[in-house]
Amino acid sequence: MYLAPFPLAPFPLAQALPTQAPGVFTGGANVIAVLILLAEFGMLRQALLRDHIRLYMAQSALIAILAVIVAAARHIPDLYVLAALTVALKVIVIPLLLRRLLRETDPVGAAAGGADIAGSGGLGEASTVLLAIVVAAFGFFAASRLGIRSDAAPVTALSVSLSVVLVAFVLMIHRRDVVSQAIGLFSLENGISLAALVVAASLPLILEVALLFDLLLAVVVFGLLIRIHHGRGRSLSTADLTRLRG
Amino acid sequence: MSVVAALLLIVPFLAGLASFAAPPRAGQAITAVSGVASFGLVLALIPDASQRAASYFGFVRVDALSVVFLLATSFLYATVAIYSIGYLPGGHGHDASARYTRRFSLGLNLFAWSMLAAPLMSNLALLWVAIEVTTVISALLVAIEGTDGAAEAAWKYILIASAGLSIALLGTIFMYYAGAQVLGPHYSMAFAPVLASARHLAVTPVRMAFVLAVLGFGTKVGLFPVHTWLPDAHSEAPTPVSALLSGSLLAVSFYAILRYYQIAVASLGPRFPRDVLLVFGVATLLLAALYLLDQRDYKRLLAYSSMEHMGILAIGVSFGAPIALAGVLLHVLAHAAAKGNAFMGSGVLLRKFGSKEMRGVRGGLDLLPWSGPLFLAAVLALCAMPPFGIFRSEFEIVAGGLATSHNGPTVILVILVTVAFLGLTLSANRMLLSRPRPRPGPGPGSAEPGSAEPGSAEPGSAEPGTAEPGGPLTRGEPSVWMVVPVAVGLVALLVLGVHPPGELTGLLARAVAQLGSRA
Repeated sequence: MYLAPFPLAPFPLAQALPTQAPGVFTGGANVIAVLILLAEFGMLRQALLRDHIRLYMAQSALIAILAVIVAAARHIPDLYVLAALTVALKVIVIPLLLRRLLRETDPVGAAAGGADIAGSGGLGEASTVLLAIVVAAFGFFAASRLGIRSDAAPVTALSVSLSVVLVAFVLMIHRRDVVSQAIGLFSLENGISLAALVVAASLPLILEVALLFDLLLAVVVFGLLIRIHHGRGRSLSTADLTRLRG
Repeated sequence: MSVVAALLLIVPFLAGLASFAAPPRAGQAITAVSGVASFGLVLALIPDASQRAASYFGFVRVDALSVVFLLATSFLYATVAIYSIGYLPGGHGHDASARYTRRFSLGLNLFAWSMLAAPLMSNLALLWVAIEVTTVISALLVAIEGTDGAAEAAWKYILIASAGLSIALLGTIFMYYAGAQVLGPHYSMAFAPVLASARHLAVTPVRMAFVLAVLGFGTKVGLFPVHTWLPDAHSEAPTPVSALLSGSLLAVSFYAILRYYQIAVASLGPRFPRDVLLVFGVATLLLAALYLLDQRDYKRLLAYSSMEHMGILAIGVSFGAPIALAGVLLHVLAHAAAKGNAFMGSGVLLRKFGSKEMRGVRGGLDLLPWSGPLFLAAVLALCAMPPFGIFRSEFEIVAGGLATSHNGPTVILVILVTVAFLGLTLSANRMLLSRPRPRPGPGPGSAEPGSAEPGSAEPGSAEPGTAEPGGPLTRGEPSVWMVVPVAVGLVALLVLGVHPPGELTGLLARAVAQLGSRA
């Protein structure tokens, strides 16, 4: 049976499709990148703040694993240090700080086993997820048009990372509580870490450390401001932040 | 000169720690000394920077462009530090106002330190780090009043600015990628080598990096449509912080855009980067000019005026003519002095009348013998009236626009600046030239606690001798410390407008050559 040639040309993914099956490294790296994106979607759907933090931990751990894989496959020893620092900061310290914050601001919910429901925004959950899928697809295909090549990690991971960044924006816009918005921002930073692993894997370690230190500083200040916010309104919701306008 | 650069990075930081440890009054004195010393250090950098670019310690780079921005920041740091002596309650021992003052002095010094560090960084990644540090420190300073409005403004500010800076980080990473293709994977993102090899950079990543940097750093400059944090933070922050935010922080973020602009022009040619800046600039100017017409809060009025001037900067760079670029750099300096003056004057109004609402302020010229005329002069300077510095700089920008036949954008610029002039002067007129209320007792916008909006009064406004609730306001200044720095700023504006010193014009010419050169 003769099949007419399918007009694939305007479809950018098709151009990027390899002629043979990807190797173990490429496949593994892509799987991890997609898992990172799935964690981002999970955060979008997750209503409990504690599970929200757990998903952030998982996402950060995936970044660290990808860093180790790239380090081993491409012989970039700096990335081992980066992976260790990522685990220390994003998997251990930041979730600890966030959990302590939740305990302090909501002792009842913490005692009840995490009854702290994250407020949701004007759009319904389903529409939000649909919107997130649209922007994720946009990010994925837009990045594949850039014509960027990398020796460190597969370029598909870069496309996925732009999707993560855009979905993180949807998350921050959709959520109506300060903790979710903060975690949305930190996961946005995870998306950028993923992009950096692809296009800037050999960025000097000292700069990576400066960036991570900066993240820590930001987390501390976010924590202080969340506390101030909670102290004023007895709530984590941002629904009442409507006084300043015009 | 390496000593001077090192001291600039050390003095404000140590002053911050010392002012936190010392008693409040001593801390304020330390802050003022550190501010004036920083300004002196930057002045010492001028002769060298007008000749050549110099690198120290591997991560510091001083050239004419960075010194222009250091000059604006350190001048405001010095004046604001002196102003704060009158603005803040002194307090004794360990009471609440003493704690507030010590925390404020710590924050002010560290904020100035981070803004002085950013233009000194030789490295695009460290530049991003320094600008992110300015965000987190200034967000805490915006929140320091502890009112509902301050908490709301600080949250919006840190979330929007951090999200914007994340975009700028993405731009930084794309720039690293572009550079790594040419300079090898282990280069340090230092600015000079990237610029030197800009011709060979791949086009698409540089284009991506430039647009992401304009959008990302533009969030902190206050470019439309990512400006939304700006009026809130400027109006809710304590007045000295508002002055620094407006005069220095926006300018330092614009400095980051200029660095990416340099690389983009050298790599892509002037057309694309200038078009991007023109679009953002015109949109920002349009929005700000329209919002200036209808404001009720005079600190928000000044915040929109800052957006107006940032739009003018972006448009001026997009013209590309050397005279327009010279105008842009002069505009950075003149805007810092004028906006610092205007905010410091607004702090005196707030102290005197106890309200941020314009309708609560009447008869400013009669009641404030010094600050009233000085505030009026600052507003006229912001409207680009001669003989002040902004007149000269905007004149140069318009001349540059006409010289390069950007007739359409130049006409739009002049029309929108006139609209902004209308908004600013009408409001100032209402506040300053109207007759004082005979008895500003209970009534809208007065200092009566309860009738004023919650959170509109800043600490110290209830101190004796300022705005007595119920009684008529008497003629007089709240504090001499709140007048002297404004007078100094006015002198600076006059000098910039009438006859800029030769050293300064040499520095500006050198910086223009850097911005205009194509390699």
